[in-house]
Amino acid sequence: MHPRIPSPAILRQTPSKLPEAVEAALACAREHEDLGAYLTLLEERAREQAAQVVARVNAGERLPLAGYLVAVKDNIAIKDVPLTCGSKILDHHPSVFTATAVERLERAGAVIIGKTNLDEFAMGSSTENSALKQTLHPRDISRVPGGSSGGSAVALAIGSCHAALGSETGGSVRQPAAFCGVCGLKPTYGRISRYGLVAFGSSLDQIAPFASTCEELYPVLCAMSGADPRDATSASAPVPSSQKLTEPDRKLRIGVLRDYLEHESLAPDIASASRDAIERLRSDGHELIDLHLPVLSYSIPVYYIVATAEASSNLARFDGVRYGFRHPEADELSQVYDLSRGGGFGPEVRRRIMMGTYVLSAGYYDAYYNTALKVRRVIADALLDALSRVDVILTPTTPSTAFKIGEKVDDPVAMYLSDVFTVPANLAGVPALSVPWSDDSNGLPIGLQLIGKSFEEEFLLRSGMILERLRPTT
Amino acid sequence: MNTNYELIAGLEIHAQLSTSTKAFCRCPNRYGAEPNTLVCPVCLGAPGALPVLSKEVVKQATKLALAIGAEIHLHSRFDRKNYFYPDLPKGYQISQFNHPFATGGELHIAVGTSVRPIRITRAHIEEDAGKSMHLADGSTVVDMNRCGVPLIEIVSEPDFREPEEAGAYLTSMRELLRFIGVCDGNMEEGSLRCDANVSVRLRGESELRERTEMKNLNSIRSVERAIRAEMQRQIQAYESGGEISRQTLQWDDQSGKLTPMRAKEGSNDYRYFPEPDLPWLEITEADIDCERELLPTLPAARRKRYREEYGLHEEAVYLLASDRAISDYFETLLVDGRAPAIAAAWVQGDVQRILNENAWDFTEFPVSAARLGGVIDAVEQGRISRNAGRDLLRRMMTDTRSADEMISAEGMEQLSDATALRGIVRELLERFPSELAKYREGKTKMIGFFMGQIMQATKGQADPNSSREILMNELDHSN
Ligand SMILES: [Zn+2]
Repeated sequence: MHPRIPSPAILRQTPSKLPEAVEAALACAREHEDLGAYLTLLEERAREQAAQVVARVNAGERLPLAGYLVAVKDNIAIKDVPLTCGSKILDHHPSVFTATAVERLERAGAVIIGKTNLDEFAMGSSTENSALKQTLHPRDISRVPGGSSGGSAVALAIGSCHAALGSETGGSVRQPAAFCGVCGLKPTYGRISRYGLVAFGSSLDQIAPFASTCEELYPVLCAMSGADPRDATSASAPVPSSQKLTEPDRKLRIGVLRDYLEHESLAPDIASASRDAIERLRSDGHELIDLHLPVLSYSIPVYYIVATAEASSNLARFDGVRYGFRHPEADELSQVYDLSRGGGFGPEVRRRIMMGTYVLSAGYYDAYYNTALKVRRVIADALLDALSRVDVILTPTTPSTAFKIGEKVDDPVAMYLSDVFTVPANLAGVPALSVPWSDDSNGLPIGLQLIGKSFEEEFLLRSGMILERLRPTT
Repeated sequence: MNTNYELIAGLEIHAQLSTSTKAFCRCPNRYGAEPNTLVCPVCLGAPGALPVLSKEVVKQATKLALAIGAEIHLHSRFDRKNYFYPDLPKGYQISQFNHPFATGGELHIAVGTSVRPIRITRAHIEEDAGKSMHLADGSTVVDMNRCGVPLIEIVSEPDFREPEEAGAYLTSMRELLRFIGVCDGNMEEGSLRCDANVSVRLRGESELRERTEMKNLNSIRSVERAIRAEMQRQIQAYESGGEISRQTLQWDDQSGKLTPMRAKEGSNDYRYFPEPDLPWLEITEADIDCERELLPTLPAARRKRYREEYGLHEEAVYLLASDRAISDYFETLLVDGRAPAIAAAWVQGDVQRILNENAWDFTEFPVSAARLGGVIDAVEQGRISRNAGRDLLRRMMTDTRSADEMISAEGMEQLSDATALRGIVRELLERFPSELAKYREGKTKMIGFFMGQIMQATKGQADPNSSREILMNELDHSN
């Protein structure tokens, strides 16, 4: 998988190779600069970190992530490193603190290579909404890598790191993971501290890791998990200790969402890949159970009401008053707000702030926001009820494979529908995993999604290993 | 003022809780530091920072709710109140809207001779904003030290019928907040602030008329003045055939004028919605019981006891029950069985006089209740005179010994030995023959002269009662 850098397992055995691996990773990132995966390469910082890890290992410390080179989405804070969120409004404002998740990765021995591109404030499904850079699909540069964590997916796919952090609100890790042919896990809400993740839809947001395989992803998840006194919504559920991940020692009951397999927007290649997966799982001895959850069809509208409402408030702090972009022509206070926010935010962010402001406005609150909260509860209950009857739920991750750059930019609703299969897990707070399965007729990766029970990420990843074993060899 | 109209007014009080840290971060909650020195990513709303509620805030809010007899909700929730202002770094204030911490309750106010309850609607927890300061050059600077300081907002029902009632309520609430130690009540420093809602209606009307809101009422006097001014304005408007529209007014204490705030500021749609960064605030009956046990006996109950059981007069009742430190001091004096009236007289008289002379707050008074108790006992047992006791108390400002130690070390024991006193009296009568003669001619006021001489001769240690008895005896019987 990594033509340029040795695997984490090898680096863990021979930590002396770590500095060399860091150079190889940086060289790889620079070589693929045209793909636009990275916004900032942390060259000096990565070298220093690598030296420290070598010293710590030599001093006898047992570091579960020694040997892991990690890229971090640029909406996650690292002290003294610019935090752009893919926006002009932050104006390369350096963060004054480090996110808990990153702190924990580094404590466990990971080396951070750089910060990756994203749709502005994680709002998008193609990384086309970045105000700073275009990120291209590694297999076809006329296509998008997915989003909003497109930079992290590409950084991993080109082999410049072993794992990458993205963030999920409605599918922003699973969708680019599927598009780029890597694994992406959205953990249970509360599993990983959000402290240091720039908020988009706070009740949905989770930091979420990418890796090449479920096995390599697991230690990254373990290192970041657990309650954080700085995030009141982080969960105190016990954290699994990172041992070598193996397939479950029994056959699974796998739920299949028929509505999704027959979804009007589902590409034929993905439909047949899904049927193929179902057949292979059945022959492998697993029980497949049809599920019918019509209420999930409300997921996209509910999601866009809840997420934009929260976003309209979360993004109010970017006002040009204290830091970041302030419009040069702003004289009086109302102009500081209007011109700085109007000029600093891109069109998709402005659209979502306006939608969110609208649904929270007096007179519309009950019709939109309050109703959406109620439907969210119904969707969550339906999904949790279904999960109580099966071990995992299998769906395609996305309705299509990577689409062309520009194909959906003028049609926001078509763009929003990219998340149609991923959003329910965010609304219910349950974990969900995208695993690469096969390629479509254009040679573009197809991902399959497994949705699991709350705080059972370990089981979900073990189940993902079954798909990895059964997938057709290309 | 036209007396056909009656006032309908309610108050919203914002009290800064005296916690050691801010509400949602670990920054110190302290007034008067250099601007923008008590700040961190959380209270500055740095991208990615998250609020975490301090337990101390909940404890203090619980105390207040118990003290006003409000119902504390075991589940309450935070909401975001969204608006843009430079002193509001997140673009929203964390507050409680639909599910407040506590509802109901009441506070008794005394106006004239009558005491009546004012109903309280709700009390909720929120965070303070920073402080904007408008400079002479027209620019505005912002101090974020106050950002995130915990507030409790206490909303009353529109129960005030006279401006003075609103003043009495604010006085009473301030006293209570200070008494239970949740707010220092300092209105000048802004730790206690007040808004008022005012409408008027013709007496006998059952419907409420449109009300206006007044902000920035930062003293008890300005609350009363502003309500009175607004009441007059509304009555005049109705009387001249006009209408009152809902608006927010700014009170200027210096000019005594109300000016409407810009409509934009008054008609904000705050777009409240549940704060997703904070879980429901859960509190248990056990938590509440724990605070209930720590709650001191409140001023109202103390007053009742002082009045009815101790028979103290009203002035003493108010002085001794309004301030927690003074009241506890007074009650400590009573522990050893001292008479309340006597202890009250010392605290109200001598102690207050010393405080006034030194411009001290009671907390600065250096004599403990135990030491003052020693002084009182020495006087009551006749070991020293009242005057000597007063003198002893003053010397205790710089002397840390107990009353007994000071009395015996300096031989201050009162002279009440009859033989010794009689000797002194006889000697004086011989020394002042003309004064003695005057007395014999009927000038009874010479008794005072001789008493003075006795005290002088004994440096004040003569027991006045026995001295007087012996003096009278000698005056009337010696020739
Ligand atoms: Zn702070």
